[in-house]
Amino acid sequence: MAATAAGVFHTSYASELRLRHTSAERLRLVLVVAGLLTLPWLVNPYWLGIVNTIGIAAIGAVGLNILVGFTGQISLGQGGFLAVGAFTSGLLVQRAGLPVPLAMAAAVLVTAAVGAFFGLPALRLKGLYLAIATIASQEIIIFVVRRWGWLTGGQGFLDVDRLTLFGWRVPRTSFEFVWYWIIAGLAVLAVVTARNLFRTALGRSFMAVRDHDIAASAIGVDLTRTKLMAFAVSSGYVGLAGALTAHYTQTVTWERFTIDVSIQYLAMIIVGGLGSVAGAVYGAAFIMLLPPLLAELADALRTRVPLLADQLPAVQAAAFGLVIVLFLLFEPRGLDRIWRRVKDYVRFWPFRY
Amino acid sequence: MSQFVQLTVYGLANGAVLALAALGFVLIYKATSVINFAQGELLLVGAYLFYTAFVLLRLPFAVAVLVGVAAAAVLGVGIERVILRPLIGEDPIAVIMVTIGLAAVLKAVVTMFFGTTPREMPKVLPAGTATVAGATVPLDRLVAVAVAVVVLAAFTVFFRWSRHGVAMRAVADDQQAALVQGISVRRIFALAWAFAAVSALIAGLLLADIAELSQNLGTFGLVVFPVVILGGLDSVPGTIIGGAVIGLVSQYAEGMSAGASQVAPYVVLVLILLLRPYGLFGQPRIERV
Repeated sequence: MAATAAGVFHTSYASELRLRHTSAERLRLVLVVAGLLTLPWLVNPYWLGIVNTIGIAAIGAVGLNILVGFTGQISLGQGGFLAVGAFTSGLLVQRAGLPVPLAMAAAVLVTAAVGAFFGLPALRLKGLYLAIATIASQEIIIFVVRRWGWLTGGQGFLDVDRLTLFGWRVPRTSFEFVWYWIIAGLAVLAVVTARNLFRTALGRSFMAVRDHDIAASAIGVDLTRTKLMAFAVSSGYVGLAGALTAHYTQTVTWERFTIDVSIQYLAMIIVGGLGSVAGAVYGAAFIMLLPPLLAELADALRTRVPLLADQLPAVQAAAFGLVIVLFLLFEPRGLDRIWRRVKDYVRFWPFRY
Repeated sequence: MSQFVQLTVYGLANGAVLALAALGFVLIYKATSVINFAQGELLLVGAYLFYTAFVLLRLPFAVAVLVGVAAAAVLGVGIERVILRPLIGEDPIAVIMVTIGLAAVLKAVVTMFFGTTPREMPKVLPAGTATVAGATVPLDRLVAVAVAVVVLAAFTVFFRWSRHGVAMRAVADDQQAALVQGISVRRIFALAWAFAAVSALIAGLLLADIAELSQNLGTFGLVVFPVVILGGLDSVPGTIIGGAVIGLVSQYAEGMSAGASQVAPYVVLVLILLLRPYGLFGQPRIERV
């Protein structure tokens, strides 16, 4: 028996390792699946497009959270790894004529390898120094992408054909609809594999390194292998997100992968909750929904508060920064912890704790 | 040869500004062990504060500088009090992210008030050119180097001999021991942020004068990292050497291949991190379990 009225406790390792502990969680899973299945019929193509970008961001954020939230290695190189994934997949399809699924799989592997390479400084550096080293990897990757004319055929960006799967070209009219199923499927796969990763020895060794690396190595965790694996696994997810961006947006330019993108992804996992797979998804949704929702708000208040509409980009940027600051000041564990507190409140009612 | 001299002067001028920006960064790191990702934005805000006082309010130059410095100091103290103090003792990643969020807010606020187009600012530094070793170099870059040297020297003197300077070094060395000596750590934290904002204002002013006053000033903040890593995160003289080296290296790289100045500082950064992570003058950190 796992759950009691006073909280979720475990009496055996098997029950602790289970993915879902309570019947409420199983019910919620059913609701989430039902929601995902009906969503594309409920929203118009504009919002479905936003949902698709959220899905791609969620895959990248889950990947980044494996590295930052679960292994404790700060990375500001997310944008660079996204670029590697996007260019690998785009080039393999456009120049080598590979089918898209194969090219995306290759992008995952290539990005994992590049990630492990740029994770090498992590073997010697920690915390602040590592963060600064990853800025260097970000800037170096983007510099290479910008200046290496061969990548884009000298035109500065790479055009990618509209998605063709097994000889079937996605029609323009139901573009977002088809992409929804691809992205939602891959995002669910990403979430499920990430959740299961932390039930394995490898995932647990990531967390041991985060909690105390010296203690972890004292109990037999190979630090070199674990840190490099964390960079590789995380970058693999990021590479998938990058490849999806390439085929979904049909253009690949370096401007999409600057350090601002790295910061945006870090903001997602901060807002969602460090060290939580679900939190990464919540955070991706929150950060990607913030600009369009602010745009709607500005539009609705256009007559009363014209400043909001005139200064929309600046307002969106300020809101982004404020969200990060406020979350860190008031709920550093993010949306995931807020959700958990809501559940506790309901479970303990009418008692406070 | 003349191109070499020219690149050297340009590199030293950039390096001087970088050293000023890095000085603020190092002050904050030394006293409060916070990595400040908003240093570039402090530079940006500082330059616009001066612009507001000097051009929009039409104050005389000296008064405008004083007003700008006062406003920057107040801003620095405010940031420390409201945003950084609640996070004392938190994860490094939380502290890094809060300064990144702060950077986004500061930049957005500047955009809201001044827009994204560059602003005209009357030239403060002399505009002519001088001939040095057969090369024509703009006078404003030479003066920028001189100003930076004077400011950096003043800060060095302050740390060495003044009461508050010594107190700041004590706090940087060991917070608890400093508390026992009766030093107000809170006041030192505020002082560090105020100084950082002021040195950023001076750097922003110089940069706005030799380049232009626009949003792009903020991007200077990232290049601060190679400088401080090279010099050592906790070393004030290190920032001067680091600034000069990074400024020169990126100008020479630019001289060899256009555009290379964007990546050269980061290549230096990676090399330093691999060979000597605590920098040229930093103290190696020994971790005890």
